[in-house]
Amino acid sequence: MKKMKLVVVGNGMAGIRTIEELLKLDTSLYDITVFGSEPHPNYNRILLSPVLTGEQTLEDIILNGRSWYEEHGITLHMNSTVTRINRARKEVMTDDGKTARYDRLLLATGSKPFMLPVPGTDLDGVVTFRDIGDVNRMIEAAGRLKRAVVIGGGLLGLEAANGLAMRGMQVSVVHLGASLLDRQLDGAAAALLQGSLHERGLEFLLERQTEAILGNGQGAVRGIRFRDGGELETDLVVMAVGIRPNTDLADAAGIHTDRGVVVNDTLQTYDPSIYAVGECVSHRGMAYGLVAPLFEQAKVAANHLALHGIGRYGGSTTSTKLKVTGIDVFSAGEFMGGADTEAITLADPVGGVYKKLVIRDDRLIGACLYGDTVDGAWYFRLIREAKSIGELRENLMFGESSIGDTGHSGENSIAGMPDTTEICGCNGVCKGTIVKAIREKGLFTVDEVKKHTKAASSCGSCTGLVEQILINCIGGAADIKPKSEKAICACADYTHGELRKAIREQHLTSIPETMRFLEWRSPDGCATCRPALNYYLMSTWPGEARDDTQSRLINERAHANIQKDGTYSVVPRMWGGVTSPSELRRIADVADKYHVPMVKVTGGQRIDLLGIRKEDLPAVWKDLDMPSGHAYGKSLRTVKTCVGKEFCRFGTQDSTGMGIALEKDLVGMWSPHKVKLAVSGCPRNCAESGIKDIGIIAVDSGWELYVGGNGGIKTEVAQFFVKVQTHDDVLEYAGAFLQLYREEAFYLERTCHYLSRVGLEHAKARVVDDAANRAELYARLRFAISFEKDPWAERVEQASARREFENLTA
Amino acid sequence: MNTSSLQQSVWVSICGIDDIPRLGSRVVHHQGHAPIAVFRASDDHVFALVDRCPHQGGPLSAGLVHGHAVTCPLHSWTVCLEDGQAQAPDVGCVRKVDVKVEAGRIFLGLPGGS
Repeated sequence: MKKMKLVVVGNGMAGIRTIEELLKLDTSLYDITVFGSEPHPNYNRILLSPVLTGEQTLEDIILNGRSWYEEHGITLHMNSTVTRINRARKEVMTDDGKTARYDRLLLATGSKPFMLPVPGTDLDGVVTFRDIGDVNRMIEAAGRLKRAVVIGGGLLGLEAANGLAMRGMQVSVVHLGASLLDRQLDGAAAALLQGSLHERGLEFLLERQTEAILGNGQGAVRGIRFRDGGELETDLVVMAVGIRPNTDLADAAGIHTDRGVVVNDTLQTYDPSIYAVGECVSHRGMAYGLVAPLFEQAKVAANHLALHGIGRYGGSTTSTKLKVTGIDVFSAGEFMGGADTEAITLADPVGGVYKKLVIRDDRLIGACLYGDTVDGAWYFRLIREAKSIGELRENLMFGESSIGDTGHSGENSIAGMPDTTEICGCNGVCKGTIVKAIREKGLFTVDEVKKHTKAASSCGSCTGLVEQILINCIGGAADIKPKSEKAICACADYTHGELRKAIREQHLTSIPETMRFLEWRSPDGCATCRPALNYYLMSTWPGEARDDTQSRLINERAHANIQKDGTYSVVPRMWGGVTSPSELRRIADVADKYHVPMVKVTGGQRIDLLGIRKEDLPAVWKDLDMPSGHAYGKSLRTVKTCVGKEFCRFGTQDSTGMGIALEKDLVGMWSPHKVKLAVSGCPRNCAESGIKDIGIIAVDSGWELYVGGNGGIKTEVAQFFVKVQTHDDVLEYAGAFLQLYREEAFYLERTCHYLSRVGLEHAKARVVDDAANRAELYARLRFAISFEKDPWAERVEQASARREFENLTA
Repeated sequence: MNTSSLQQSVWVSICGIDDIPRLGSRVVHHQGHAPIAVFRASDDHVFALVDRCPHQGGPLSAGLVHGHAVTCPLHSWTVCLEDGQAQAPDVGCVRKVDVKVEAGRIFLGLPGGS
């Protein structure tokens, strides 16, 4: 089949990102041709400021070198500006006489710096700050000239001013408004910023309107004149008053524009063959001048160019950061506030810290931070998630670290960390390594950082720190999304929530059927999506969907925990932590017979035999003659108990008996992640019920249930759920809560993360307040568990199930 | 008996193709040599690699097979079954072993004389 032709006008970040997204979906659909006006391959435009200051070079900020275009068979015409589109013939023409036919055209023409309509803008020494050419002109001027005026006190203007000052020029910033960065900061934060920039030697002239740029009679700049008649001498004028979407080409071709090329939610223009992305676009009346929205647009446009036809762009919430080394400014969302909002502020003018959080209807909608931007990523996430901040409110201002987090020794301030600070304790990755990867490889997401550096790829507790580093390095371009908004993996475009919904509504019962229906891109998925799909199918259609062993990770396939040397650990079940002399004897005999290198008591009140060879597992299980402890599964693990009133003088109920009953009720239950329970006989809580997925505490008048506790990566105290009277009530409420979790949580989401996503009130409404629903949930759980058998006994009895463990010889 | 590309190696029959489940693997022990992992892809292509992840030596045979690749169970490196190369951005390579399927039987190309 003949390939279709895709022509891309604009070799910048938006256009090339769209191609990258397209190539992920389909590499063979198009012959791709790219036209770019600049004589460079695609570079990271947001890092022009560090190039201007000399902190980085052009080579550092190249995102796609020439070889990338060659590898992907893309024809690249640099230094070649498209000047005309012939829509009737589907052809573009360039200023250097090239023509190219297209089946689909992608406009990514970006924006143009806005020039004030005053006399003198054509003088030598008037520059803008938009591309590498501008930066080179400024660097050259700084080496030759003394004084510079930057017109415009916005992000671009201040970064230009800072860069020129660092290159030794005397710089004055002229700004029309009453305060700097008036689109990013409120007055209080702007005043702090102005103070610290002034200390660095910048001069400011606020509320001044430029009337003319004055020449020296030989065609070069000598100064500027203001509306009030005042004049300022200078050798260089940097015009940084804003950008305008570059719609010249679209206008000339008769494509509908309105302060941007108008596109619909699929990024298609009014000409169905022509798509547009990036800063040249006007979407729902908004034109974005930041990078993060471009990436979201690129994904959607690529989806439609690849003929998948399912992506939709609904607009972006944006955040910005000033890239001036040593000055931390961050803002996101509606940080100005209005009549219907409230604000929490913290101001320490001497210490140079100012924070304002804007709240509407109990939701964080905006944040403006100066001096201490460590929590910018966290606030930005809260704004995007738009969740009720209810319980967080009193600690909100003090940041994410104040709401309880362990695992990185209380170290939270990324900006102040030396490069040698370890960020990811699991994989031993330092800050410097991550920063280097972000800069050199042009990374924008936590997933990309995970792939390239391994940071945050194991336990994930440093994800917040990695997000902060991303924001610190690339500011608003950092692509930070909660799991509920992210596609499950690179194999498909669906979020976990959408997958669950499709499986339920379309009655999908097998992995191949699901992959076909949802147009999976890879033949058998990957190690991320297959285990998740298997769980969703099994939990949605128990008894109907078949468990696909090959889609389970090794621990659940081998029914034992793989260790670093490839041996396994075996943990037999001890109901409620209670054992007997004969069980202990069998365990001791097994340990002797198989030369088990270590026998260890676990935190879940059982015994772990470590270092067993895979091929010995079935024989070990047979000799133990005890059921599987499921210590390896995303499933019920243990129910930890204290001795209770049978022995303890403080015990109020038979907690051991309750724990055993719960464990027998729930054994064999697969779940999104591991599930741990505990039952304590009194509020002294010797079984540590406060940090379990379900913790039960006996009191004289009944049982208190707590949910969502976690003693792992992020210590979470379980929250009070309900108090019940009887033994059977405990089973029903606990079972119903777990079934709700089984039906609604995303794969690998612990109960605490699930609850923080949906809210405890939601779980209470479904389980505690609604008796009929509770009974149904519990019945569905019983039905699902009715299909489960002890996996060890199954493998001991059936030769076919043992094959996994048998080696071949040659 | 056929000979493989390696001199003096011989084709040794190890099992029938149906002794390996689709998207599954088996381990072959061969005296005096490192264990070999034999994989069967969903399209019934069969591959064999030394059973050691180039990263930290994890048993690739215990990994999850997808397409013509396997993801190591220890730290999720993904290794291409066709050539033993780790997938970018990871870098590393594991030795591949010659393999063929004839009349439903799997043969490995192993050093002769054993």
